[in-house]
Amino acid sequence: MLTVENLEVTFSTGAEDVQAVRGVSFDVARGESYGIVGESGSGKSTVLRAICGLAPTSAGRIALDGQPLPRPRDAGFYRRVQMVFQDPYASLHPRHTVDSVLSEPLAIQGFDRRDERIARALDDVGLGQGFRFRYPHQLSGGQRQRVAVARALILEPQILLLDEPTSALDASIQAEVLNLLDGLRAERGLTYVLVSHDLAVVSHMCERLLVMQHGQAVEELTRDALRARAAGTDYTRRLLKASVGFTREDAA
Amino acid sequence: MSTREWLLSEQPASRRQARLGQGYRTWLAFRGNWLAMVGLGIVLALIVIAALADVLAPYNPVTGGDLNTQRLLPPLSPGHLLGTDDLARDILSRLIHGTRLTLMVVALVALIATPIGLLVGTTAGYFGGWVDTVLMRLTDIVLAFPRLILALAFVAALGPGIENAIIAIAITSWPPYARLARAETLTIRNSDFIAATRLQGASSLRIIWKHIVPLCMSSVIIRVTLDMAGIILTAAGVGFLGLGAQPPQPEWGAMIAGGRRFLLDQWWVATMPGLAIFVVSLGFNLLGDGLRDVLDPKGRK
Amino acid sequence: MSLLAVENLRVTFPTRQGPSEVVRGVCFTLGRERLGIVGESGSGKSQTGRALLGLTPAPGWASADRLEFDGTDLRSLSARDWRRLRGKRMSMVMQDPKFSLNPVMAVGKQLMEVLRIHGAGRAEARRAALEMLEAVQIRDPERVFRAYPHELSGGMGQRVMIAMMLVSAPDLLIADEPTSALDVTIQIEVLRILDKLVSERGMGLIFISHDLRLVSSFCDRVLVMYAGRVVEELRAADLGQARHPYTQGLLNCLPQIDGDRRPLPVLNREASWAE
Repeated sequence: MLTVENLEVTFSTGAEDVQAVRGVSFDVARGESYGIVGESGSGKSTVLRAICGLAPTSAGRIALDGQPLPRPRDAGFYRRVQMVFQDPYASLHPRHTVDSVLSEPLAIQGFDRRDERIARALDDVGLGQGFRFRYPHQLSGGQRQRVAVARALILEPQILLLDEPTSALDASIQAEVLNLLDGLRAERGLTYVLVSHDLAVVSHMCERLLVMQHGQAVEELTRDALRARAAGTDYTRRLLKASVGFTREDAA
Repeated sequence: MSTREWLLSEQPASRRQARLGQGYRTWLAFRGNWLAMVGLGIVLALIVIAALADVLAPYNPVTGGDLNTQRLLPPLSPGHLLGTDDLARDILSRLIHGTRLTLMVVALVALIATPIGLLVGTTAGYFGGWVDTVLMRLTDIVLAFPRLILALAFVAALGPGIENAIIAIAITSWPPYARLARAETLTIRNSDFIAATRLQGASSLRIIWKHIVPLCMSSVIIRVTLDMAGIILTAAGVGFLGLGAQPPQPEWGAMIAGGRRFLLDQWWVATMPGLAIFVVSLGFNLLGDGLRDVLDPKGRK
Repeated sequence: MSLLAVENLRVTFPTRQGPSEVVRGVCFTLGRERLGIVGESGSGKSQTGRALLGLTPAPGWASADRLEFDGTDLRSLSARDWRRLRGKRMSMVMQDPKFSLNPVMAVGKQLMEVLRIHGAGRAEARRAALEMLEAVQIRDPERVFRAYPHELSGGMGQRVMIAMMLVSAPDLLIADEPTSALDVTIQIEVLRILDKLVSERGMGLIFISHDLRLVSSFCDRVLVMYAGRVVEELRAADLGQARHPYTQGLLNCLPQIDGDRRPLPVLNREASWAE
């Protein structure tokens, strides 16, 4: 459904150019959940931003259902692809109530029955009507992230791009948000592209994953291969080992 | 449920309640700062006096009394609390009517300069690139002139008079707001909530107007309030130089200019309007400081 | 004898609704070991660490029945005594090195400054600073010595931070989420440095983190905090036998590479835990 071929992203900051993504390719099937794993600076978030037009693509092709995406992206694209950001404290406008956060996309895209849609979106993410007129500062981190998910889903997209959706949250809240995302996907047949630094989260959420380092794709693994520790590269093996935690034996 | 509880509810049930509750919380924070309340009191008093000038002023501000017996009476003279000037006009009445001119200057400058500054600043900050370069260099050019001199040049071109003075002051006072708004916009522009709005297909105009301007607004309002003192002084300066309000209008700066000839012997003629300018400027400064404490999220904690 | 003894530590902040206690009666003793303090945001773990160093931010205040560091009663210390103790005998590493280093001063100069405050000569300070950078496994100490904080990566910055805290060879190091801003692979390296310092220098370490799994793999003992209280204290090795439902819940709600529990068990907070 979503095809990325030899994607390259270059940011030019004055004198020097920074190549954030160098030739990354992958395919995501309809209804699949695809993970991108990497450490900071690996370019994993930039890939997501390039897909939705927030980062400049300098080379390569991004296609949705075989159709290359227009530049700049049109309104129809945003109705099919939405994104959830990492930091729920930065992704909600501090002076807008939940109600205006959710009604804004409806107004822009010209949806009807707005009250009804907002009410349903809030119910879907498990918040309920009591939260509708609150400001972000009256919400906890987990509640904010639920609002962000509701905002992404209110346009009824087919693909949801998730940029570290739980890394700013406490472990117990992370479980709730992951369950929510999992349930929504099963219910609506959504397609996910999930970016995370946490192998456990990606293994829990995604059927296939791409490991990235320094802007390049290191390898693609299936969930089963990951569980079997059948990593083909040293880098992935190191990530796997680090995800277990600290081990004293190798301190020596 | 009391009104207070309704306002402070963590679960507002309507748009109106949410907005009013937010306002009430800001007010509660503002109320705790007594200096700011003094400032607010002065500004409110200025507005009330201006509105009721006809009722409050004991004499006509323009026509004087008997030039033989009532010229240059000292303060606390019977019937003339603050004395009279060289044309036997009651200074108190002139000060009271002068509040209207002061308020008009303040309000019009705020209404003209703030939107220009916001528009230029947010546009430059949001689009960046050559738009930014052109708009900000323009701002720099205006900013490079001493404000009073530039205002004088405008007044000289437009002709003396209070309206022209106001326009001149407004035209020269927007650059700082543009810079401020641009700086704020630069920090907001790349935030996730703006990216999220872009991902909903919002136009640039909509993003600037509905998402960026409201966030720049509070710091610009604070700055404008703090600048009010300067604006009043500039207006007084223009008036003092005879290019602002024309006689016999009771403009405070012009009154000081009129009184300076008698400064040594009849000190009150120039001092009383000077004190009025001082008190009102102080009021706006205190109010601005208080507003910054409650509105500026960076100053909090 | 224990290095640090804490009894009934309380930290209170005034709010509009009256004073609110964020740390409510924490007790523990620390020897020359690695003690982990784990909790979620708002559990009071960071405030506990700050209170131990007398760094409770105003307008909050800390009180305790007993707060003893190596025989010194910390409660009655003057500002001057605190300065003598902090940095020299007890230090703290914060979460984000970028906020803790002076951005306009070269790293080496900052390190030397700490040493010179504690009475080292210029040449001696320089040598000790370079040694310290080497001790935290910085490969090119000379380069880092001249670098400014913004020129360092996150992992490098955090190592410099640790070096900074360790130049004066403290007896107690309080590390507040020292690795949370770092990538997993670098995280492990930084922990290895801390581990080595504890075992080689006999330093006491309080490791504050939200990551139960990381803390339990690294520390000797773990305190689990919830709503300002220690709800459970246990040896890291016995984490599997945790009794308190909160500790169990925290362990269970983490996704695992191998596990396929759907939905993940979530934590049902009970009001009684906070009592």
